[in-house]
Amino acid sequence: MRLLIQMGIIDVSSSMDYSGATAVAEPPPRNRVLSTECDSGLAVEKNGHKNRRPVRRPGKEMCRTIVLDAATPDDHKELMRRIAAAQDKAAFAALFGHFGPRVKAYLMRSGSTPESAEELAQEAMVMVWRKAESFDPAQASVSTWIFTIARNKRIDAYRRMNRPDLDENDPALVPDGPTAPDTAYAEGQVSTAIREAVATLPDEQAEMLKKAFFEDKAHSEIAAETGLPLGTVKSRLRLAIGRMRKQLKEFEE
Amino acid sequence: MSVVSAREPVGPIPQHHLSDDLLTAYAAGSLDEASSLFVASHLTLCPECRRRAAMMDEVGGVLLDDIAPVAMSAGALSAVLSRAEAPANDEPASMAGSRQTVFGADLPAPMRRYYGCDLDGIAWQRQGGGVSVATVPGIGDGSHAFMLKVEAGRAVPQHTHRGNELVMVLKGAYSDAAGRFGRGDVELADGDVDHQPKAEKGEDCICLAVTDAPLKFTGSLGWLLNVFVKM
Ligand SMILES: [Zn+2]
Repeated sequence: MRLLIQMGIIDVSSSMDYSGATAVAEPPPRNRVLSTECDSGLAVEKNGHKNRRPVRRPGKEMCRTIVLDAATPDDHKELMRRIAAAQDKAAFAALFGHFGPRVKAYLMRSGSTPESAEELAQEAMVMVWRKAESFDPAQASVSTWIFTIARNKRIDAYRRMNRPDLDENDPALVPDGPTAPDTAYAEGQVSTAIREAVATLPDEQAEMLKKAFFEDKAHSEIAAETGLPLGTVKSRLRLAIGRMRKQLKEFEE
Repeated sequence: MSVVSAREPVGPIPQHHLSDDLLTAYAAGSLDEASSLFVASHLTLCPECRRRAAMMDEVGGVLLDDIAPVAMSAGALSAVLSRAEAPANDEPASMAGSRQTVFGADLPAPMRRYYGCDLDGIAWQRQGGGVSVATVPGIGDGSHAFMLKVEAGRAVPQHTHRGNELVMVLKGAYSDAAGRFGRGDVELADGDVDHQPKAEKGEDCICLAVTDAPLKFTGSLGWLLNVFVKM
């Protein structure tokens, strides 16, 4: 399974050279089990495991993550919750194992050298730890939140500009109406719907979408590079977006 | 469960919105700074486009999840954890003039950050013909945005566009061949349009404008106005 991450025992204090993409293995008989024991004394389990044993070992900072399959957006949210609530390093390690290598890949695709992609990906993941409390699971999925952090890091580093963004507390903000369909976000249905839509896009549209999102290029540059007319670039993107919007509408109704 | 803001709506909901092209580029982070400012300002005034922008961010998240991973270096996790737990001193510096207490605001916060003030603090440069401008200061990447103020009841001299011009109303309203544009409404004029927006009577019309090529005024005041939009 694509997103399966299985981690062995991690010693937080010394040998943490977990590099993410290398540690993928066979699915365990019962994946979807998330069980960690940490120096914080926090022991957590899921899917009916009853062995909650808070363990304190002063002076020996061991952190054990036994099984982890952070495949679903809900699992990612659970990891974020633990990081925010208890500075849970095992949860962070799991999240890092999934997203660190993806953020690095994203940065390389947008033109970074492997070295600077590594550096920026690390910086982005530092932000994930530090800003964990500001993550709002009702607003977006974890992958979206991390995408925005990585994107803004890239803009800071390479475009040397600030990215103007809206301020949620702006007195000028025109608030959402009472009928705003925000239910779907809370339930993770938006990313599910978009995931399905992306998966069923014709190749040429999916490829254009990835180009538009990952390569730091204006639509006109994409046109020049691919030899396609600008109108074709734009229409493929519009078709892709239209399809996603259609998929979303089904959730909102 | 719908989140209902305690605040009263501070303005009408815009009728003319951002294009998918702009929202995609904004989400991807490939838009220049002036256009990004334009988008962020519209998002402040438009719940509908905020939802569309959230969807575009979500697309970015799905694509990120889907990308073929590239292994991080050995020791990356411990490096990140030790940096993460060090005292934070590398937060990006906020932009000059960004911290202000504002009680009610005419300009969206992204614009107040650049100008360092709200609409009542803007130093306008009169251009004649009932038109004033105020360039957005401090844009770092060479792109260009400005505010345009047209006196109530007056028309902007006729002009054509060599590139695209994005205009959004911040105060008052204007009308042209494409309809009426009030607070938050966006109009994209391309090279073919030769238009003459006219401010409504009763209130000056103030707009944010972003151009990717010079405007060319064709009317009798053109010689004067062409001076100030050299960019
Ligand atoms: Zn809008």
